[in-house]
Amino acid sequence: MTKMEKSAHFSRRSLLKAAGALVVSVGMPIGLDAVLGIDEAFAQGTKPPLTPDQLSSYVAVNADGTVSAFFGKMDMGQGLFVAIGQMVAEELDVPFKSVRVIMGDTATSVNQGGASGSTGVQLGGKQMRMAAAEARRVLIEMAAVKLGVPADTLTVTDGVVHAKTDATKKASYAELIGGRYFNVQLDWNKEIGNALYAPGKAKPKDHKDYKIVGQPIAREDIAPTVYAQQDFCTDVKLPGMLHGRMLRPPTGGALPLKVDEKSIADIPDAKVVWDKGFLGVVAEKEWDAIKASQKLKVEWSVAKPPFPNQAALYDHIRKAPVRKREIGGKESGNVDEAFKTAARVIEAEYEWPFQSHACMGPACATVEIKDGNVTCWTGSQKPHFVQKGLALTLDVAPEKVRAIWVVGPGSYGRSDADDAAMDAAVLAKATGRPVRVQYTREQATGWDPKGPASVHRARAAMDAAGKVVAYEFTSKGFSRIDVNTNGGAPWDTLAGQLRDVALKSGDGFGVPAESYEFANKRLAWETIPPLLDRGSPLRSSHLRDPVGPQVHFASESFIDELAAALALDPIEFRLRHVKDARDIALIKAAAEKAGWQPRPSPRRDQTGSKVSGRGIAYSQRNGTRCAIVAEVDIDRASGKIWARKFTVAHDCGQIINPDGLRHAIEGNIVQGVSRTLWEEVKFDGRNVTSIDWMTYPILDITETPEQIEIVLIDHPEIAPSGAGEPSIRPVAAAIANAIFDATGVRIRRVPFSPDRVKQSLS
Amino acid sequence: MARMNLDVNGKAHAIEVDPDMPLLYALRNDVGLNNPHYGCGLAQCGACTVHIDGQSVRSCVTPVSAVGNGKIVTLAGLGTPDNPHPIQKAYVEEQVPQCGYCINGWVMTAAAFLNQNKKPSDAEIKEALAGIKCRCGTHMGILRAVKRAAEMMG
Repeated sequence: MTKMEKSAHFSRRSLLKAAGALVVSVGMPIGLDAVLGIDEAFAQGTKPPLTPDQLSSYVAVNADGTVSAFFGKMDMGQGLFVAIGQMVAEELDVPFKSVRVIMGDTATSVNQGGASGSTGVQLGGKQMRMAAAEARRVLIEMAAVKLGVPADTLTVTDGVVHAKTDATKKASYAELIGGRYFNVQLDWNKEIGNALYAPGKAKPKDHKDYKIVGQPIAREDIAPTVYAQQDFCTDVKLPGMLHGRMLRPPTGGALPLKVDEKSIADIPDAKVVWDKGFLGVVAEKEWDAIKASQKLKVEWSVAKPPFPNQAALYDHIRKAPVRKREIGGKESGNVDEAFKTAARVIEAEYEWPFQSHACMGPACATVEIKDGNVTCWTGSQKPHFVQKGLALTLDVAPEKVRAIWVVGPGSYGRSDADDAAMDAAVLAKATGRPVRVQYTREQATGWDPKGPASVHRARAAMDAAGKVVAYEFTSKGFSRIDVNTNGGAPWDTLAGQLRDVALKSGDGFGVPAESYEFANKRLAWETIPPLLDRGSPLRSSHLRDPVGPQVHFASESFIDELAAALALDPIEFRLRHVKDARDIALIKAAAEKAGWQPRPSPRRDQTGSKVSGRGIAYSQRNGTRCAIVAEVDIDRASGKIWARKFTVAHDCGQIINPDGLRHAIEGNIVQGVSRTLWEEVKFDGRNVTSIDWMTYPILDITETPEQIEIVLIDHPEIAPSGAGEPSIRPVAAAIANAIFDATGVRIRRVPFSPDRVKQSLS
Repeated sequence: MARMNLDVNGKAHAIEVDPDMPLLYALRNDVGLNNPHYGCGLAQCGACTVHIDGQSVRSCVTPVSAVGNGKIVTLAGLGTPDNPHPIQKAYVEEQVPQCGYCINGWVMTAAAFLNQNKKPSDAEIKEALAGIKCRCGTHMGILRAVKRAAEMMG
């Protein structure tokens, strides 16, 4: 095929006329070949390889002029894809409705890290913005050739490139490239995952020119969900598919010694898949797989109880050897010396339990292995890592594996979804059939990776005048990367660990993110070893805002304790020490909206059983800041707390979609209240005992706040940072500080369940 | 195994299943409806909720044999985009769900409740929905949507 044939819509005359424009815009010597080459260079009929350095990996213009945006991160239900669509539409100058964001399929997007650290807009969106801007630049270059005018005389309106002074001189995106692919190299930084960045030559728009970014645009995926037209990852059905169920040991670390297959002989087609600690059943019908999992007789090894009793958890953490210690940021001054000469030292310790993802539905995954190719349908928030994990688990090349995300029952971090994908793969390989594995509620809440439990020590030194001269904060707890944040390796998944791949526990925790300035300041974290080196129901990993709620529950409670010790208003005390201008504006905005009247806590003007209080807490998170005022009612007699009202000030730089942002913040607050008031993984020496919604209660609708007031602080001139998690971070401390304000009692252990509150108040 | 007829969303379905099997699996696997979800299998969360003769029922603990001639309505049969139940319309307008997996519990329970109580108080709404789970924390939106639906119906 000749170049001319490929570029059928070009006339020779228009190309020749365009030569001048090419000199201007591309700056290369011009011959007819070069002119033809412009089209060839930028667009082609076959798709370039799906690699991070290709523009076609992010953006395509379809034959009808609509745009596909291939997003290598994930929206797990907060409407992120709308924001991404807005950013792409804005840079391309196409109507928002013509952009379709396609995500979560390893066959159509590169690995931008999946859902991770609230970086969907911050990092993923940044890349999509740069790609869309580059696509627009290239399309203008192509139009310049076609229209025979210099590129800098052209602009774009609704997907049509036209001369600024003559709207009849035009070429639509569809005419220019519709149905073909960009063939444009980007300047890729050679990273994958969150760090991937591959800009082109184009500069993105000035925020002053935004028409779509910043607008409240509704989600269109709500209606299909509400009208039952949306399939979930649980709904994947394949021809010849078997249903699988997993069996977990009664004691963490126990192994099946004998499996009596005869015990399920009366269940049609039920089969056992057993490999070391990995034990599952499959059957043609789902109900038969369920029955088989319940009836199968298994003799388990007698394992030494691997866990301390729940009551001894915090003692265990305090006494456990420190595996890694890290100072966060820069230590200022000389903390140890300052404490030696202090007139007064205030100290406190805070405790946070293991918490469960407790997703709305237990994980479900389906795997098909056909002709050496593996396909997995998963609810995992990181399908690109599932692809890698499946390749290692099944010992095949990663390019033979395709992982397809299908919307699942929530996520909130490294949930049980990645484990289910690997289990389904092992079952599929063993049976030679596609297998859908569905976990049970007991497995979802009992066996998901847990948010780590921790103890936090804080102390402050004051001089004789009551000035805080030194501050030290140390967290000690289980690692947030005991298993990694994705299922990318066998040692990070149950399927790997139960088949005898030992855990490769990593060390990670965190320090408070704030801008308090004290002359001598040290923030540190320490991790301790896991309780069991494989197949542990208490293995710890990322749970929404990994370690953020626990660290800031402690640090922002302690800041309040200092204010109270000095008989200062909690906001006034914070503003004396907070140094960041955006933080100051944020705290003031929350206080103003909440109608905060300055006075020290506690208020001492209440008698009787029912009392109320208010509390403030604030924190940063990777560029975003959030300040929360909580107003709380407490029934001293029952210990019951109603977190009645929240006023939230939120600054995440440039706001892409204020409506989506408000919904995300509301969800964060409510989930934060749930984790603060109710959530605690319970266990005995043998296993986790909180295994359903009765034993792992979450916030009920009857306890929902009456009001969540939100103040959005928009900084269009500042690159957007994340909003998926920052506002869950200060919730627990705001509530704790409000309880103190109401009662004068400081509760330093989460959750604030009625029993604990009653006990603390008595 | 037993043969039985299920009346689901106005259509008759002849199925042959273990009579002890929960209705949820009959709807999902034998009738082929994906919308009632498995959430707990313990009647603790609501994700599997359907209506039987207008009452909201947790299909994960209801043996299929107990349905008898009851008329089953699932979320798919509650309304359509062209002819929505007010709670569905309100849910879209208020942009309630995040992941959306819990939706059967709230929408089906609220629909049955609102069909009986045209002018509920806030406290009555909360009481009617007590115990249903949403892990994403969309409770504020759910309450707005139920109130909005009540206004449409009242």
